[in-house]
Amino acid sequence: MPVREIGFNGLILEFLEKRILFVTGKGGVGKSTVAIALGIRAALEGKRVIVVEVASTENASRVFRQAEVGFKEVEMANDLWAISIDPEDSMKEYVLLQLKVKAMRDLLFRSRMFTYLAAATPGLNELVTIGKIWELALPERKLKHGRRYDLVIVDAPATGHGISFLQSPRTFANIARVGPIHSQASQLQAMINDHRQTGSVIVTLPEEMPVNETANLEAELTGDVDVAVDRIIMNALYPDRYSAKDLKAIKRLKKSDDPEIRAAGRAAISQATRTESQREQLERLKSLVSAPVSTLPFIFTPEIDLSAARRLAEEIS
Amino acid sequence: MPSIGDILEGNRICICAGSGGVGKTTTSAAIALGMAARGHKVCVLTIDPAKRLADSLGLEELGNEASRVDPALFAEQGIEVESGGELWAMMLDAKETFDALVARHAEDAAARDRVLNNRIYQQISGALAGSQEYMAMEKLFELHSEGRFDLLVLDTPPSRNALDFLDAPTRLTQFIEGKSLQIFIKPTGFAAKVAGRGAGVVISVLKRIVGFDLLADLSEFFTAFSGMIDGFQDRAHRVSDLLSDDQTCFVIVTGSQGDSVEEAVFFHSKLIENGMHFGGAIVNRVRYRLTTKIPKVKALTKSLESELEDADLAHEVAKNFCEYDVLALRDERSIKALRESLGDEPVIRVPYLDTDVHDIAGLNQINEYLFADEASRIDLATGS
Repeated sequence: MPVREIGFNGLILEFLEKRILFVTGKGGVGKSTVAIALGIRAALEGKRVIVVEVASTENASRVFRQAEVGFKEVEMANDLWAISIDPEDSMKEYVLLQLKVKAMRDLLFRSRMFTYLAAATPGLNELVTIGKIWELALPERKLKHGRRYDLVIVDAPATGHGISFLQSPRTFANIARVGPIHSQASQLQAMINDHRQTGSVIVTLPEEMPVNETANLEAELTGDVDVAVDRIIMNALYPDRYSAKDLKAIKRLKKSDDPEIRAAGRAAISQATRTESQREQLERLKSLVSAPVSTLPFIFTPEIDLSAARRLAEEIS
Repeated sequence: MPSIGDILEGNRICICAGSGGVGKTTTSAAIALGMAARGHKVCVLTIDPAKRLADSLGLEELGNEASRVDPALFAEQGIEVESGGELWAMMLDAKETFDALVARHAEDAAARDRVLNNRIYQQISGALAGSQEYMAMEKLFELHSEGRFDLLVLDTPPSRNALDFLDAPTRLTQFIEGKSLQIFIKPTGFAAKVAGRGAGVVISVLKRIVGFDLLADLSEFFTAFSGMIDGFQDRAHRVSDLLSDDQTCFVIVTGSQGDSVEEAVFFHSKLIENGMHFGGAIVNRVRYRLTTKIPKVKALTKSLESELEDADLAHEVAKNFCEYDVLALRDERSIKALRESLGDEPVIRVPYLDTDVHDIAGLNQINEYLFADEASRIDLATGS
């Protein structure tokens, strides 16, 4: 086997040693970008990693759409694999692995039974999706010739739905008291609650509402849901550019005759005001949560794409 | 370009829709406050307001019933309320609303308890996909029927897909009817035809994979619901009708990034397709362009140097402005694309303010934009 080149000399992130990481947070905080950045970082650290998008999350991420990632493992960037999990496909694959007789499988697939079963059984889609995540993380894949991954990073659904997503194995283990679904669900629940192998990262923004929601989310995850929270990443922090003395000088710019200089002064003041409240929110977050908090800088590009994710990958601490 | 006040003129219901993280809750609260100040009796139905926003509205103890925001709080902020204007607010509790709905449609207490105590019902009543959306509409319908308010403003739940909202009534009733499950319980007649040849074999295979126990439990759940199906259906139809009523108006809230705008355009086309009445789009956190020419770091550093007498600082301020302008240009482009896609429909821009909005003063600040005409909005935002 060829020796893998380790392309990263910085700090090794110990939570990337886990097998499964769920990246979650409120909608619009940059969850997908951070999930991909974490994937790039793990790949740089020499890990075989796959980033999983759960089909129909709040926004199908731009990067995934551009790379045309579907229900098939594809290499999105160097050493970074990706898959978009579709519940219906997962269900089919599950049955495929359960039923060895081909005629039987064909009969089932033709009958549209899955569609009916999924429609009648709330939460079944979530359950089979988690089942697929588990399969991807197995050292010995169930899938023939399946690639082995060291780490599976899941771009999980946003806050509210994310909680019920992670709880679906328990819900099912409770609903089905005995039988194959019960034992499968119990197995998945054990995986989710295994703090040594499975963890989560909460992504948030330096603003009032996301900070509050993050504190609640952490409490729920570490409480009832029983999932380890390894990191809280505060995304999109402005650079702290100006001293008090600088700001005094900048404020005088509004008296300038040049409209461009006045505009530049205005933009600087506006960002400085935001920066100050961002730092307050960062401190507030730290006082509210128990997991370690790290930050990522705001990226000043029109749209956040793969190259932005690459830049962020090296900044994660 | 009309203001939100013009758009809502004559409407009884305003539904704020959009994907997560675009400021729907804040926008809904601002609209409700603005309309109340203009002399309407308004109630805003929200899902999960920021704690500080709720606090500032004096709504700490808020539950599944509407309560009135103390008018003294407006006076404190110097907000004049025209006569008759009242602001009410409530926080939706999907499970409580679902329970109340079951209680309403159950034939008797025993039937009600059979559902409420059913294990599957307890697991899903808060979490079933679409149930939160439907319960929000259910509550809206209830308040509308009571006729206590001039205007109801609904902050829609942060669903995975803004469209979940539109077909939630249908999906929920279809689910409760349990048609799809009949195939597993009684694989004969129609059900067998749907399932195709060899349904019996298929069922037995499925039972092996899924477990008979689970199928039996589901069956029990749907049986418990069976007596209520007519009531639920009838109600869902009326809720659906209310959504397409002439006096119901959808407002799409969006961010200024490309993907957010794309989703708004898509949602708009679906609204039109479904015969809903679209009022306009509100774009939040817009960075207005502050100059017409594109700034260059080098040249700007030079001209700033003479004013600031500090080369490093001049460079930092210049870079800061160029970075700002990149984002402002992006916002300009995506809003132009939005306007083109929406045709003549109103698009209201709210600037990216220097501070977060989490109190009445902040909501009032947003309203300076929402309730102004386009020209005054631009003047306000660019400081010209």
